[in-house]
Parts: sequence; C-alpha cells; structure tokens
Amino acid sequence: MLIERKWKKWLYFYLPMAVFILFTLFPFYWMAVTALRPDHELYRTWRQASATPFWTLEPTLEHFRGLLQTTAFPKWLWNTMLIALVSTVISLICGMFAGYALARLKFRGSEFLGTAIFVTYLVPQTLLFIPLADIIRDLHLGNTPWALMLTYPTFLIPFCTWLLMGYFKTIPKELEECARIDGATRFGAMVRIIFPVAIPGILSAGIFAFTLSWNEFIYALIFMSSADLKTVPVGVVSELIRGDIFFWGQLMAGALLGSIPVALVYSFFVEYYVTGLTGSVKG
Amino acid sequence: MANVTIRNLNKKYDGGFHAVKDVNLEIRDKEFMVLVGPSGCGKTTTLRMVAGLEEITSGEILIGAEVVNDLPPMDRNIAMVFQNYALYPHKSVYQNMAFGLQMRKYPKHEIEKRVREAAEILGIESLLERKPRQLSGGQRQRVAVGRAIVRHPEVFLFDEPLSNLDAMLRVQMRVELKRLHERLETTAIYVTHDQVEAMTLGDRVVVMKDGWVQQVGEPLELYGKPLNRFVAGFIGSPAMNFVDVTVSDSSGVLWADADGLRLKVPPQLVERVRAHAGKRIAIGVRPEALHLASGSDLPEYSFDTAVDVVEPLGNEILVNFRAGGAPMVARVDPAVRLKARQNIRVALDPERVHFFDDKSGAAI
Repeated sequence: MLIERKWKKWLYFYLPMAVFILFTLFPFYWMAVTALRPDHELYRTWRQASATPFWTLEPTLEHFRGLLQTTAFPKWLWNTMLIALVSTVISLICGMFAGYALARLKFRGSEFLGTAIFVTYLVPQTLLFIPLADIIRDLHLGNTPWALMLTYPTFLIPFCTWLLMGYFKTIPKELEECARIDGATRFGAMVRIIFPVAIPGILSAGIFAFTLSWNEFIYALIFMSSADLKTVPVGVVSELIRGDIFFWGQLMAGALLGSIPVALVYSFFVEYYVTGLTGSVKG
Repeated sequence: MANVTIRNLNKKYDGGFHAVKDVNLEIRDKEFMVLVGPSGCGKTTTLRMVAGLEEITSGEILIGAEVVNDLPPMDRNIAMVFQNYALYPHKSVYQNMAFGLQMRKYPKHEIEKRVREAAEILGIESLLERKPRQLSGGQRQRVAVGRAIVRHPEVFLFDEPLSNLDAMLRVQMRVELKRLHERLETTAIYVTHDQVEAMTLGDRVVVMKDGWVQQVGEPLELYGKPLNRFVAGFIGSPAMNFVDVTVSDSSGVLWADADGLRLKVPPQLVERVRAHAGKRIAIGVRPEALHLASGSDLPEYSFDTAVDVVEPLGNEILVNFRAGGAPMVARVDPAVRLKARQNIRVALDPERVHFFDDKSGAAI
C-alpha cells in the first residue's frame, strides 16, 4: 500500500478544495454583507481611510425592513412559490408517465419521440418566448399566474422526462414483470412498484424542476406586468433598479431571502438527490 | 394443479431472430420439468411465453384445458421466480410475500396465515420485517420462492433461480427446491443452463439448442441414450469424447478407423452402422466407459496412447490424452499412479459406445 505524505494531501486536496469553496461561496457572502450594510457605508468610496470593503462595522436590518414594507416582496415570494410548485407538479406527473413510456414500452417511433422531446429542451427560451407570447395573448392568460404555470412545463417536462427515463431504465424489468404475474396490471405495476422504487429519481427531478422555475427570468419578465404578480427574480430587478439607481441594499436583501427556500429544499433532500442522479436500485 | 401443453410454439422477434422453433411439450401434472441448453437456445423465451411476459408468434400454450395465449400474466394462475429475485426493494419481506395475495383481494387473516405458513416452510420467519437489501443472497432467494408459494399457483416457473448464488449455496438450495417440490406437488417448469442442476432436479429434462428441442426425457435416459451428438456432449461432465472415424467393411466385420486408431464396431450396433460403411461418422465414448487396459480386454477395443495431463480429483482421476486425432478424457480408478507422457493402453467398454451421423449429428 502506498503511504501518502500529509503535506501532499494538503497540497493536492485541501488547498484546491479551500480555493474552490471560497470561489463559490464568496458571492453569497458578498450578498449577505451588502444586505446588512447601512447606506452610508454602501455608497462611499473604498479609498476612504475608514473603508471596510469585506465586512461591516454597523450591521443593520434596515434594507430588509425596507424591502418587506415598501415593495411587494412578500407577494412576489408567494407568487414564485405557488408558480414553482404548480409547474413542478404538472411537469413531474407528465414526466413520470412519459419517462416510463419511453423507458419501457416499445412502440413505433418511440426512439424518435424520445429524441424529439430532448430537442425541444434544447430550443433556447429566448427564441421560444416570442411564439409563446402569441399563444398566451390568444388564450387571454397574460398577466395571470397561469401564464407561467403553463409555460414553465414547456422546458420542465422534457427535462423531467429525460431524467426519469434514465432512472426507470436502471430499475430491473423483472420487478414489474413479477408484479404483473402477482396480479397487477401494467398500469398497476407502474404505480405500485416502479414509482415507489423510483422515489429518489422523482424527488431529484422535482427539486431540479422547482429550482429551474424558481429562478426562471425571461418568461416571468415578459408575461407578467403588474407589480403584484411578479416573481422574485423579476420583481427584485425591475422594482429595485429605478432608472440608473441601484438600491443595492434591498436588491441583495431580496436576493438573499429569495435563495433561502431553494437552499432549504436542497439540504432536506440531498441524499435522495444524489442517488437520484446516480441511479441505483438493489434488489 | 394442472398440466401444461405447448403446441407448435414459435417466437420470432421484430429483428427477425427466430428464438423458439416449433416447440412441442407436454408437462404433466405435478411434474418437475427442466429446460436446459446453452445461452440463446430459447429456453428462457419459452418460459416467458408460458408466463405471458412474451408474446407468442404462433402456436398454443394450454394450462390445464385452457388456451392461455391471450391471457395476461395475472390471469394465468402461475408464479415465477426470477434469476435476480426481483424482490420489491421498498417492501418488507412480509409485504413482498403478501403483495400477490393483496392484489387478488384475499382477506387479511388468510394472507397472514399463508405468509406465515410459507415463511415456516422456508425458514425465514425471523426475517419477515426486514427489507430485501438487509438480506443475504440465499435469504433473498428464499423470499423469492416464498412469494411464489403463498399464491398456491397451478404452475411454478423458475428462471435460473440459482445462478446468482455461490457454489456451496447453490447445491444446498438445489436440494431444498427438490424437497419443496415433493412437498407441494405442483407442476414446475425450471430453466437452467447448468446440466447438473437439470439432471438433479428434473423429473424430465428438455434439452434445447438454437430454438429447437433436441430431446425430452428422464435424466438417465438423456445420459444413456442421447438422440444426437449435441445432447450427448451437453449432458455429463466431463463431456463425452468424440472421435471422427471412417467405417470400413472387411469381410463382414465393421471397423472404425481414425488416425492411429482402429476399433471394431460392437455387435449390437453393426446392423445400424453398416449403412454408413465407407463414410465418416463420429464415435462417442463417455469418460467412464474408458479404462486402462488389462489382459482381459479384447485388442479390438483397445488402443495405445500417451498421457497428456492428469487431473487427480480424489474420488477419481481424469486422464487426458489424444487418440485418433482428438483430445479424450478417461475417468480412472484413483489408486492408479500416472505421470505425464507415460505410455498407456486404454480399453473401452463396447456396450457403451455411441455412433453419430457426421452431418445431422443424429445417433446411429
């Protein structure tokens, strides 16, 4: 066995790891510090003798108070949550059935269909929003939450379908064959055996879909115009940048509060999420 | 309890692969029928068609008196044990065994009774609350069997159920399955690629190759009277020795000649071999039908050769040598001491010689 020297482990493992962690977490730190900094500290030059660019000497919750009282932020948060949840549920249900069909049923054109679904995922939203805006207008859905609940699945369903198709393929066929011999119909075997076994995959597809719709920007920007109906990413940017004035403190406070739900969701389901992506079922 | 009848069964896959060709089988009530053959011979496909998991291209399958071609698996009253056990990973052992009964809407106390009963037969009462991932391979195997027997089906189907077990456990489970079958007296169809399993478990054995049934018979019948060269070579370990020979007729006595080998055709086979005079045929001799020649052996059934490799197994010694241009193995008394390159004289038992047609491989 090779005995590694301690300093080597530090050099090749801990040091790069530390650099990486610093690199990824610094923006969050910056966001937090800016949100807690009083205005007079925010808007003075760094060259000043008393400047403390990396920390604050007078932390304040003033920006949070401003954000919650002067803007519709609580409403935005609620909108985002509702829209993300509804579109995630719609996409998961469609993705589960479509993914199962593509993974298990052999029908004419099934491979083509699988590829076609994947291709729709690759069409950039910046192109799709133009025809979608047309459809939303024709259906008179503009400026209602349904505009987003129904357009988010256009990219979430292909995503969920592919992720779940991959997961279903890792589940041994014999499981449902056995269920069918045991007295279940094909549909029954899917619902009673395959879906419960696929919970890690379904959860990670759900988490991903939730995050994607939580962070979605362009559709939310275009389809929603009333301040009350906006989602967090759009609301924060459109209401807290007035002309060329950036309300940095409130912007960062909004960003911080907006990222908490996603962080919570990830931390709760992190174990499922990892097995969901690597896909493993042991009989 | 039911017999299973398979008539002119065919399976052609979409790609054109013809997996099962015109299979006809009659599996009697309470019989343990084993399908054996090399991989790709169609045995598993046949079993899956009986289970209803694979569509039938043509032909008929009857369970009891009923044609089941178009019945879904759930309505065939069968139970199947899979090679990878296929236990439901999210259910406990108890729930795994109860699932089939729950699907059939059995009352709760009846389910409980049957699961306990099956668990007792298989010795897994203490495992009922565990999840499959907490079980060893042998325990999982028992649960899979238990799940099949709680249903009291008309037919058991086994798809290589012992292949994933290690050698020791496989031998042990083999005995248990046999005992279980004797106790439950249910028709069983068992697929394996292991000829030892086939011989030990089967009341009758079906040997398949390339989708065709080669021979159906009781184990000893397959061993003693193989219908063709494939069955002769597949059943038995070490395999039967084959040497290509030419038959010549010298004034009424038939001789089989090969490179450096000249054997007299045994009297019981003379009539049948005569038609092949002047042609090439194969002679087949099992390793145990060969022995080191002594004074009492007739010279027309003996030949000289040199030892190639000796495999001392303890209860027997396998001697490898070449004769008539082909490698051969003889199973000899463990008391004999032999060395590589030693010259020996080998005699064969004329009662136990087989001849096979060179082209069709059929026994002569």
